[in-house]
Amino acid sequence: MKINEIQKLLDAKLYCGEDGLSRDVKSVCGSDLMSDVLAYNKDQSMLLTGLVNPQVIRTAVMMDMLCIVFVRSKTPSDEMLELAKDSGIVVMGTDMTMFTACGKLYAGGIVNDFRVK
Amino acid sequence: MSEELVFRFKVDGDDFTSAGQASVQVKKNLRQLGLSAEVIKRVSVAMYEGEINMVIHAGGGDAEVRVSEDYIEIVLDDKGPGIKNIDLAMQEGYSTASDTIRSLGFGAGMGLPNMRKYTDYMDIQSEIGVGTKIVMRVNC
Ligand SMILES: Nc1ncnc2c1ncn2[C@@H]1O[C@H](COP(=O)(O)OP(=O)(O)O)[C@@H](O)[C@H]1O
Ligand SMILES: [Mg+2]
Repeated sequence: MKINEIQKLLDAKLYCGEDGLSRDVKSVCGSDLMSDVLAYNKDQSMLLTGLVNPQVIRTAVMMDMLCIVFVRSKTPSDEMLELAKDSGIVVMGTDMTMFTACGKLYAGGIVNDFRVK
Repeated sequence: MSEELVFRFKVDGDDFTSAGQASVQVKKNLRQLGLSAEVIKRVSVAMYEGEINMVIHAGGGDAEVRVSEDYIEIVLDDKGPGIKNIDLAMQEGYSTASDTIRSLGFGAGMGLPNMRKYTDYMDIQSEIGVGTKIVMRVNC
């Protein structure tokens, strides 16, 4: 699913990375635990999180993720947005909860069914 | 590459906000060398977990990344408290991190297992009260 479609589904506000809106996301990782995100080795992925600190951006950069969406109206700092811009990652925010945002994306067609075992 | 290329970083243990900076820089440097995206991801994730560990468990330390023909080597060296039981520390979910660290998104006890998972070689030398030295390699 294209990031601009994700933006519509989640009724999300764009913070930075406009150039990346037409990129294609193949899987989504929803977590506030950065080590769990770092264990999630999927290509063309996106991060949904309620955690707000610079390590969230760095984690997504390490994982070559295309996009980060902050749930529950969590707002990234300017410092975080600078880090994201430096790597070309799209950053957005939604007032939906994690559960609702995941549900919208799943119902919208991102049906990756990954299990750890 | 005939000459071995080395990148060195001081990892600040007093400022969690900057934790991970060295790994971001390594990722940039490796991209310029034209290595495969998968190799770069594995190196940078392994180093990132190790760098965060040095900040949250050891008060900072030194990081070194060596690029040679066959592999990329990451050396993380700290003068922290050391790891009492390495086998235990390597287990998924084992963590001595504080609630503060957990609220920052780390301390799930997945760091060392992730480091092993993403690398082809990993060695931990640690002495209580002296420090910890971790060497990891990713074949290129
Ligand atoms: N550099 C280090 N110095 C001292 N102790 C460490 C270091 N790295 C890891 N540890 C110990 O090993 C445990 C497991 O590490 P890790 O798997 O990264 O989990 P976490 O960092 O989430 O606690 C830590 O909780 C800590 O007790
Ligand atoms: Mg850790």
